[in-house]
Amino acid sequence: MRIPLSWIREYTSFDADGTAEDLMARLVRVGLEEEDVHRPSDEIAGPVVVGEVLEKTPEPQSNGKTINWCRVRVVPEGQTQTLTHEGIEPDGVQGVVCGAHNFEVGDKVVVTLPGAVLPGDFRISARKTYGHVSAGMIASTKELGLGEDHDGILVLSTLGLDPEVGADALALLGLADEAAEINVTPDRGYAFSMRGVAREYGHATGTEVVDPAAQVVVPEATAPGREVRLEDEAPIYGTAGCDRFVARTVTGVDVDAPTPPWMASRLRLAGMRPISLPVDISNYVMWELGQPLHFYDAEQLRGPIRVRRAAAGETLTTLDDKSRTLDVEDLVIADDRGAIGLAGVMGGGETEVGETTTTVLIEAAHFDPITVGRTRRRHKLPSEASKRNERGVDPLMPDIAAQRAVELLVELASGTDSGEITAVGDPALPQAISLDPALAQRLTGVEYTDEQVVETLRAIGATVAGPDAEDRLEVTPPSWRPDLTIAEDLVEEVARLIGYDRIPARLPQAPAGRGLTADQRRRRQVLDGLAAAGLTETLSYPFLSEEANTLFGRAEESERPWPMVRLVNPIAAQHPTLRTTLLPGVLDTLRRNVSRGFSDLALYEAGAVVLPGDQLGSAEIPDLGAHPGEGVLADLLAGIPDQPWHVAAALCGAEPAAEVGASGRRRDWADAIEVARFVAERVGVELEVVQGAHQAFHPGRTAELRLPAADGDSAGTRVGVAGELHPTVVEAWDLPERTAAVELDLSAVLAAASEQVTAAELSTFPQTTQDVSLIVDAEVTAGELRATLAEGAGALLEAVELFDVYAGEGIEDGKKSLAFALRFRAPDRTLTADEASEARGHAVALAERRHGATQR
Amino acid sequence: MNAFHGSRMSTPETPHPLDEAAVQRCVDDALAAFDAAADLDQLKTARLSHTGDKAPIVLANRQIKDLSKEEKAAAGKLLGRARGRIQQALAARTEVLEAEHAGRMLVEETVDVTAAPRRRRTGARHPLSVLQERVSDIFTAMGWEIAEGPEVESEWFNFDALNIAPDHPSRELQDTFFVEPVDSHLVLRTHTSPVQVRSLLERRLPVYVLCPGRTFRTDELDATHTPVFHQFEGLAVDEGLTMADLRGTLEHFARRMLGDDAAIRLRPAYFPFTEPSAELDVWHPHAAGGPQWIEWGGCGMVHPNVLRAAGVDPETHTGFAFGMGVERTLMFRNGVSDMHDMIEGDVRFSQHFGMEV
Repeated sequence: MRIPLSWIREYTSFDADGTAEDLMARLVRVGLEEEDVHRPSDEIAGPVVVGEVLEKTPEPQSNGKTINWCRVRVVPEGQTQTLTHEGIEPDGVQGVVCGAHNFEVGDKVVVTLPGAVLPGDFRISARKTYGHVSAGMIASTKELGLGEDHDGILVLSTLGLDPEVGADALALLGLADEAAEINVTPDRGYAFSMRGVAREYGHATGTEVVDPAAQVVVPEATAPGREVRLEDEAPIYGTAGCDRFVARTVTGVDVDAPTPPWMASRLRLAGMRPISLPVDISNYVMWELGQPLHFYDAEQLRGPIRVRRAAAGETLTTLDDKSRTLDVEDLVIADDRGAIGLAGVMGGGETEVGETTTTVLIEAAHFDPITVGRTRRRHKLPSEASKRNERGVDPLMPDIAAQRAVELLVELASGTDSGEITAVGDPALPQAISLDPALAQRLTGVEYTDEQVVETLRAIGATVAGPDAEDRLEVTPPSWRPDLTIAEDLVEEVARLIGYDRIPARLPQAPAGRGLTADQRRRRQVLDGLAAAGLTETLSYPFLSEEANTLFGRAEESERPWPMVRLVNPIAAQHPTLRTTLLPGVLDTLRRNVSRGFSDLALYEAGAVVLPGDQLGSAEIPDLGAHPGEGVLADLLAGIPDQPWHVAAALCGAEPAAEVGASGRRRDWADAIEVARFVAERVGVELEVVQGAHQAFHPGRTAELRLPAADGDSAGTRVGVAGELHPTVVEAWDLPERTAAVELDLSAVLAAASEQVTAAELSTFPQTTQDVSLIVDAEVTAGELRATLAEGAGALLEAVELFDVYAGEGIEDGKKSLAFALRFRAPDRTLTADEASEARGHAVALAERRHGATQR
Repeated sequence: MNAFHGSRMSTPETPHPLDEAAVQRCVDDALAAFDAAADLDQLKTARLSHTGDKAPIVLANRQIKDLSKEEKAAAGKLLGRARGRIQQALAARTEVLEAEHAGRMLVEETVDVTAAPRRRRTGARHPLSVLQERVSDIFTAMGWEIAEGPEVESEWFNFDALNIAPDHPSRELQDTFFVEPVDSHLVLRTHTSPVQVRSLLERRLPVYVLCPGRTFRTDELDATHTPVFHQFEGLAVDEGLTMADLRGTLEHFARRMLGDDAAIRLRPAYFPFTEPSAELDVWHPHAAGGPQWIEWGGCGMVHPNVLRAAGVDPETHTGFAFGMGVERTLMFRNGVSDMHDMIEGDVRFSQHFGMEV
């Protein structure tokens, strides 16, 4: 909401030399937030004065143009010039070359004298041109920054002005005025008017203000007006679409009469382009009183006006020349031909005031905010009118605003009040609220007296009755405050007007807490650990294409579509689904970094993925303001998709080199598996790594990551995948060769962590190490063999470590040799070599039985 | 025979075991040779020629057995003393040369420590993550707990339970991501506020929770907007809480985040889920552009309808809530000027922060 300062001064004591910043500094105290300053004088500076054209001599030029050599008087006749600047003539008559022709000798025009600055940092000086010294300029509307469209220079008589020669044209045209722009919260629709802002100014400063609505006297009707029928048969939430409709008729309107500069200037500062006098008047009244108006060409109306819901399939061409098919929920203004306007949003083209209009019918009505809001959204038609109607207009304002519009049409457009008044409907006024004055202190911590509470509520225009026997007040909010519906709303008014700066500071004592939960703490261990291990955390958007989601999210090819959540209104049409996997995001980030010149990268990301189950959402949404009941609540919760945290990493290029000049080890599939193991070990979980398969990964270099099974026999739960990406994926995704990646269900890993770790017994007896080298089929994995050896060796085995893998000369084709070091130790004695050998023998025997292994 | 005067410079002759002068010459020769040895290798050569099997003094020693009983005693004494002096001198010279050698080795092993390779580079956390953890720590230190909620959320938790009526403008398609089908009534949470209601439903009163997390609005990405962003939300519901408690909490928090000279200011505002409501400004004494007031977030007393939705009686309990943007906080606190840097995942952005924020 923009507030021209000259306008607010009409109703308040705001100082004559106060600036927009001064005004905003006061209004912010009561919650009207400062937004911007609009100050034409930042762009334009004098001397810019009224001049009278004394001579105008056309001079044809060799280039085919004709210029006018003019002499213009810029001080009143008989006086001498008091301004001094190089090029300003002391006798008060300036010689000016002008290229425009739309003026005559005797016209009063705007002269920009040497020393003036026009918008665009256009500095005026005396200069030689077309054989003359042109000392200044006769200005156009555009050059003054008053508008885009212009027919040559500005002749002041066309604005209905006949000012004195030499007068300051900037003040005359409102260019010395400025506007403060404030941000109005959605609950305070009344602040979208000078009337409302003036009232708030009074609250902010404790000064008297004038209510412009109180200056308007609505006369008795002298004749019945046009018939208006309120025929809403489908109110929304039981609230009629229109509960007050006032129609007034003004005849003999001169639609071509100029809009006076003071009005045009204020509208311009308010952010509205002056269009024509009737339109400007309706906008002016809306700004002044907050009541949107609509003007009809009365001669185009047929029969009575009806306010009703649109019929199915009904169409309307709105003022913006768009034909719209209406919804049965849209409230329309209609006459015998059908809809002629969308109530409170935008009028129709057929009945609008045009060049031939002489009789204007003024509509001022109070509409249901929800009806207006839905129509505005449905037809994407935001307007100054809908903005106010949606936030709630003072229901008592239609009668007053209509009268104000009548007066302005009579005064400025030579109209005549027909005396016909139609006023139908009983507007709903705010309901009384029962208030315990102690609530103000209970909520704010400020010790207000009961008197302060009552006085403040009266100051905002409320009627306060009581206190009753229970010390409660009955507070009826003013008509312009439909937002005040409960006692807490009234407390905010008290706190706001007396000042939020009165609220003291006190640090509340929360009960002793538990700190972070185990999951939260462990998540930090993992994420901090990954960073300490040399990986860099990045974040990406969770929006994916369906293809990427399926490729990386689903472990294996399947007939059934991979379930994912889809958005109605995605940011980008090609990314309509929510991630079921973090890999596409982290790989995109990897590629972006590669494109920025980085080749050795180790990135990770952690965050929620969305895995929809059988139930997606809930059909019924319970009402607000009440506990929905356990059953409904359970249904709501059941409909929310599972959203576990995952962690993913992508690795490419080389590890840092060990020596200067040496090259680092290339990162590969094993680094990805290492990340998975590292994540699990950070929280004390050991992952099972088994040969795996995943469509996005290299078929021979993919590990499936499992949590250890609860019992020894069954397979553990799959919690992730790691390895080298499939070469076709690397190519399609434009990734570095042999990019490795890993993704883990972090929530599942964290859940597998022990609540508490039990200490291990440490034996201090010496260890005995024995090596074993086994030849097995190539398909047998090291992991399987290791597990078998551990099982076979029994309790004396302390550790088993793979130290060599060999295939080739000396080993049969299709076989390989794996060598392990077995470390034995007993808890209670020094092991003999025989005991260790016996345990080793058991291990080898089991490997022979289970895998057909032979000792090398 | 004057066996004592041979050509000793070339082939030292074996002195007679009773020839004191000759024995003394052997000792002198050995000591001179040790002294002349410049390093351990030369000393080894000298040692072999003066104490080895062929050394004159050793050979002389062997001749003792051929002497008479009386002579044996005298010769043993003479040669024993001589050999002792030689061994002593050898040990002393060895010590000197070994020390010299060790010293020289250390000098020779000198490296350019500034040329040390970076064998293990530390990675980095994302500053938005670290900042959320920092905020969480400030509140857990006050006894608060950290609550979390889902990003795909029921409309009821995101709107209705927060007293945002079905026709409230913030539900409009232009702000909220809706999940297909529309009648699933699921949205991407537009704020962390739904965790307020979840916390009240899940926990026993009193409740003091901070809820950090990711939130979503349908804004296009530009220098100051992103459709995916982070917030942290605070909620306290207890007996007797007032706006004074809200102010005190925010003041403490602001000082922990921005320094002891930070201050806060509350301005009247409107949010459907608080009444009274306030905008929070913070006085940032160390802002990049000089000390200034910065809009930080919204706050207020929990609306009675929100308490009722969570089954809390507004007659017995009151509460306050506040919410701030993590990106915005990082921007003004740490001088990030462009939102793109925070969301593009350029490793340089995270690595500049490292493990801190």
